[in-house]
Amino acid sequence: MTNHWIDLKNSDVIFTIGCNPAENHPISFKWIEAALDSGAKLISVDPRYTRTSSKADIYAQIRPGTDIAFLGGMINFALQNNMIHEEYVREYTNATFIVSEQFDFQDGMFCAFDDQEKVYDLKSWAYATGADGKPKRDMGMKDPKCVYQLMKNHYKRYDLDTVCAITGTKKEDYLKVTKAFCGTGRADKSGTILYAMGITQSTHGSQNVRAVALLQMLLGNIGIAGGGVNALRGESNVQGSTDYGLLFHILPGYLKSPEFDNVDLKAYLEKWTPKTKDPKSANWWGNTPKYTVSLLKAWYGENATAENDFCYDYLPKRMGNYSYVKVMEKMGKGELEGLVCMGMNPAVGGPDSVAARNALGKLKWLVTADLWETETSIFWKRPGVDPKSIQTEVFMLPAASSIEKEGSISNSGRWAQWRYAAVHPLADSRSDLHIIDEFYKRVKALYAKQGGAFPEPITKLAWNYGAGHEPDVHLVAKEINGYFTRDMTIVDKDKTLEFKKGDQVPMFKYLQDDGSTVSGCWIYCGSYTKEGNQMARRDASDPTGLGLFPKWSWCWPVNRRIIYNRASVNPAGEPFNPKRPLIAWDLLEKKWKGDVPDGPWPPMKDDKEGKYPFIMLPEGHGRLYALDMKDGPFPEHYEPVESPARNLLSKVQSNPVVKVPKNVSSDTGKFPYVGTTYRVTEHWQAGAMTRSLPWLVELVPDMFVELSETLAKQKGITQGEKVKVTTERGSIEAVALVTSRLKPFNVQGKMVEQVGMPWHFGYAGLATGDSGNVLTPTVGCANTGIPEFKAFLCNIEKGGKAA
Amino acid sequence: MGISRRQFLQGGALAGAAIALSGKPGEASVDAPDLRTKGLKATTTICPFCSVGCGLIVHTKDGKVVNAEGDPQHPINQGSLCPKGGALFQIANNENRLQKVKYRAPGSDKWEDKSWDWAMDRIAQRMKETRDKSFKKTEINKKDNKEYVVNRTDGMAFFGGAGLDNEECYLWTKFARAMGVGQLEHQARL
Repeated sequence: MTNHWIDLKNSDVIFTIGCNPAENHPISFKWIEAALDSGAKLISVDPRYTRTSSKADIYAQIRPGTDIAFLGGMINFALQNNMIHEEYVREYTNATFIVSEQFDFQDGMFCAFDDQEKVYDLKSWAYATGADGKPKRDMGMKDPKCVYQLMKNHYKRYDLDTVCAITGTKKEDYLKVTKAFCGTGRADKSGTILYAMGITQSTHGSQNVRAVALLQMLLGNIGIAGGGVNALRGESNVQGSTDYGLLFHILPGYLKSPEFDNVDLKAYLEKWTPKTKDPKSANWWGNTPKYTVSLLKAWYGENATAENDFCYDYLPKRMGNYSYVKVMEKMGKGELEGLVCMGMNPAVGGPDSVAARNALGKLKWLVTADLWETETSIFWKRPGVDPKSIQTEVFMLPAASSIEKEGSISNSGRWAQWRYAAVHPLADSRSDLHIIDEFYKRVKALYAKQGGAFPEPITKLAWNYGAGHEPDVHLVAKEINGYFTRDMTIVDKDKTLEFKKGDQVPMFKYLQDDGSTVSGCWIYCGSYTKEGNQMARRDASDPTGLGLFPKWSWCWPVNRRIIYNRASVNPAGEPFNPKRPLIAWDLLEKKWKGDVPDGPWPPMKDDKEGKYPFIMLPEGHGRLYALDMKDGPFPEHYEPVESPARNLLSKVQSNPVVKVPKNVSSDTGKFPYVGTTYRVTEHWQAGAMTRSLPWLVELVPDMFVELSETLAKQKGITQGEKVKVTTERGSIEAVALVTSRLKPFNVQGKMVEQVGMPWHFGYAGLATGDSGNVLTPTVGCANTGIPEFKAFLCNIEKGGKAA
Repeated sequence: MGISRRQFLQGGALAGAAIALSGKPGEASVDAPDLRTKGLKATTTICPFCSVGCGLIVHTKDGKVVNAEGDPQHPINQGSLCPKGGALFQIANNENRLQKVKYRAPGSDKWEDKSWDWAMDRIAQRMKETRDKSFKKTEINKKDNKEYVVNRTDGMAFFGGAGLDNEECYLWTKFARAMGVGQLEHQARL
C-alpha cells in the first residue's frame, strides 16, 4: 500500500476492484465504515455481488480478466471530460515528456515486437532527449508525441459502448462508477483504489495495476491522505517476505539479484544504478551502491573487503527465469532433487494442483516446516496414489506458531510490528529462525570438514547471532537495521555526527558504499536504533488527526506513513487539500511539518534544492507511460488466455508476450462457463491454518462451488447437492451453492454464466475437500509470472464425481 | 460484528459469577473482563492471518494459553477481530499441531518419529549432496555463446514464507543465497 489501513477513513471515494475487503480483510472495514460515516462513497466492482458490494453505494459487475478495459474507459472519461488534476499531472507525472519518434501502436501491438521470441525491444519506447541529456518536455502538453497526447489517443478507443461490451457491465452502472470516482480529480477530494488478487492474478496483472496507477495519477490521488494505490496483501507478512527478497529476481530491499552478465560488483552497480542528468531529480536508486555494499557487509562481515569486491562473487547469478511456475515445471520434469517448504503448500496453493502433486513425487527429498500436516507434506499418501510408488524422502518439521516466538511482521501498510512469545513452542516444535539456523550450522560444519563445491560462500558467511541454543532475534533485527563497522564522522548539512564502531545506523541516508556500514535490508534501516526497537513502540498519539500514528510500531521507509507525500503539495509546498494537509512546508522554519516527507529537500519550486516528488524514478515523475514493462508502455486490454469472447479492441486476442501452454482451452463448446476462484473470511489461503481449527471448520466445513440461479435451473442443480467442475486441467467435486450473488454476463450479446469457488481446500487437516486449483491454468503475468487464477473456462455437471 | 454466541454465553456465566462473588450487581458488566483475565500474564501479539495487522492480547497461565482477544489499545483494530483472528486461541491449543519431527523413507507408507538431531543431520547431508552435484560454476549464454561465472545451485529450490517473521525471512534469504540457490520463491508470486 502507498497508504495504510487507518488512512481509508480520509477518503471521499473508496473504489474496490479485484478485492473484497469485507470478506478477506474484515477489520479494514472499520475504516471504510468510518469514511462512509463521514459521507464518503464506496464503489465495488467485482464479478460477484460480494460482502463488500452489499455495503457499497455503487456496485458494477465485471467479467473476470477485463479490468484494463474497465479502467481504460475511466481513464478515457477523465481525459475527455477534463476531470483530471491538471497541475498534478503537468508537474508530477511524465505527461509532458516527449517520446521518441520510433514509438508506435497499431491494432493491439506496440512497435518493435519480435514475433519469434515473443518479446518487445523496450529501447524503442524511450523518451526523446535534448542536448542537455534530459528528456524533452512540452509543458503545454500539446505536442502529438508527448505522453499526454499519446495517452489520450490510446484510450479514446475505450469508449462506453466498447468497454461495456467487453466487461459485461451495465452502462448505467459503469457511468455511475466513472462519474463518482473521476469526481475525485479535484484538489480538495481524495479517492483511493483498493485491489488484491482480482487485479494481479492475470496474464496482464502488472498492467492491471498500472491502469489503477494511471487513473490515480491523472486524478492527483497518489501521495495524499485518503488516496493511493493500495494492494491489500493476503498474508500477515507477505509484505515483509517480499521486502526481504524471497523471490528469484530480488535481494533484500528490492535490490536486483545479480544476472550472469553482471560479472563483478562494478558491472552489477553499473547495470542497476539508474542515472539522471536532471539536478531536480532525487533519483533515490542512485544510492544502490551504498545499499548493496552494506548488504554484502551484513552477509560476509570481515571477509567482505573493497579488494575482493565485498565477496560479490559468492552471490549466485541468474540466467533465465526461476519464478514459481517455472520451478514447478522443472520439478515435473525430474530436474530438481530437493525442495524445502517453509510454511508453503504448493500442492494446494499453485495452479494446476494435480501436476504440482505429481511433480513433488519426482523429488529425491522434500523438507517441510509447518504447524500441521499439509497437502504438500503428505502428498505421498494422498487419495488415489500408492505410497510405495513414490521414492521421495520426506522430512516434516514441527514449527512453532506466531505466539510461541518473538519477531516482527509487516502489514500491508508497511508497519513492522513486534510480536512477543507468550508461551514456549508447543511440544517439540521450533521457531523457523531456529530451524534455519540449524540448517546453516550443520551444512557449514559439513563443508568445513569435507570440503565440496565452492564452500566459501557458506564457510565465510557472517552468522553471529549469539552463543545461545537458538539465534537471538534481536541480534538479527539489529543486523537488518545495520551498524557502523568503524568510528565515523558524518557531516550532514549543518550537523556533524559522530558514530562509534558498532553503533546502530539511525537511518538509511547514512549507509555507505565503502564497507563502513552493515545493513541487511536498507529499507528497514531505522527500525532498530540506539533508541531501541522501534517496531515495538506502542504510543497511540496522533498529532495530525489523520490516523498516521507515527509512534505506533515503525513503518518503512523512515517511518513515512504515506509514500510519495511530496505529491500532496503544490510546487510551492502548500497542501493541495487544505482540509487534510499531510505535509506542508513551513516557510519560517524552513522545514516540513506533518508526515515524514519523501526526502528533506525544500519544495520543488526551490531553484537550488527543490526535488520532484516521485523520487524512486530517475526522471522524478510518475510514469503514465512506462519504459520497462515487457508488454507495453500503456496498459492495453487483452482477453484472458481462456476466454469466452473475442477481443473487441484489436485483433490481438491475449497478451502477445505471454507464451501459452498446451493445457489451456477456449473451446466454449466443452467449457462454456467463466470460472473464478476466491476466498472466504473463515478460511485462509491453502487452508492448513484454518481447516485445522474446529471453530472455523464449524463455520465453513465444506468445499463448495457457487453458481447463479439461472445456471442452476438450466442444469437442474439444487442447493447442497454434489456437482462436478471440469477444466482442461482436471475435475473436482464440491457442494453446489446456488445464490443470487452470481449473475451471467452479457458477452457481446450472449449471456455467459460464471462459476465461482474458494481455493482453500485439500486432503489434509480436519476439514477436507477438493482443491479449486486443480482447475486453474499454469500461465502467468508477462511481467511477474503470477498465474491467471481468476479467469478460466470450465464446465459444471450435476452428480459429483460420478457425473 | 459484536460478540459470538459462545463468547456471550461465557461472558454471561462469568458475569453471573462476578455478581455472586462481589455481591454488588451494579459493578458487573456483561463480559466481566477484569475477572476473566485476573492474575493472568498478558502478552501482545499481531494476528498471523491477513495483512491488516490487528493487535491481540494473549493471556497465559502456567505456560498455557488460556485466552486470546483483540487488543483494545491497538489503533487499527481497537479490540475487534474477525473470525480467523478470534480463533487464534485454537492454534495454541490444538491436538492436530505437529508435536514431533516426522520422517517418511522413500517408498514407505508411514511416518516415523525422529529426533531433531537425526533429521537435521540428514537434511544437511541431502542439501550438501545436491549442492555438490548440481553446482554450476559457469553457464553458457545461448544468445552470445559466451561462458559466464554463475556460482549457482540448480538442483534444489527453497519455497516460503509469507508466514515467517521478518527476521526469519532475512536469515532464509541469506542462507539460500549463500547456498547458491537461485530458485528462491514464495507466496508473493501466486
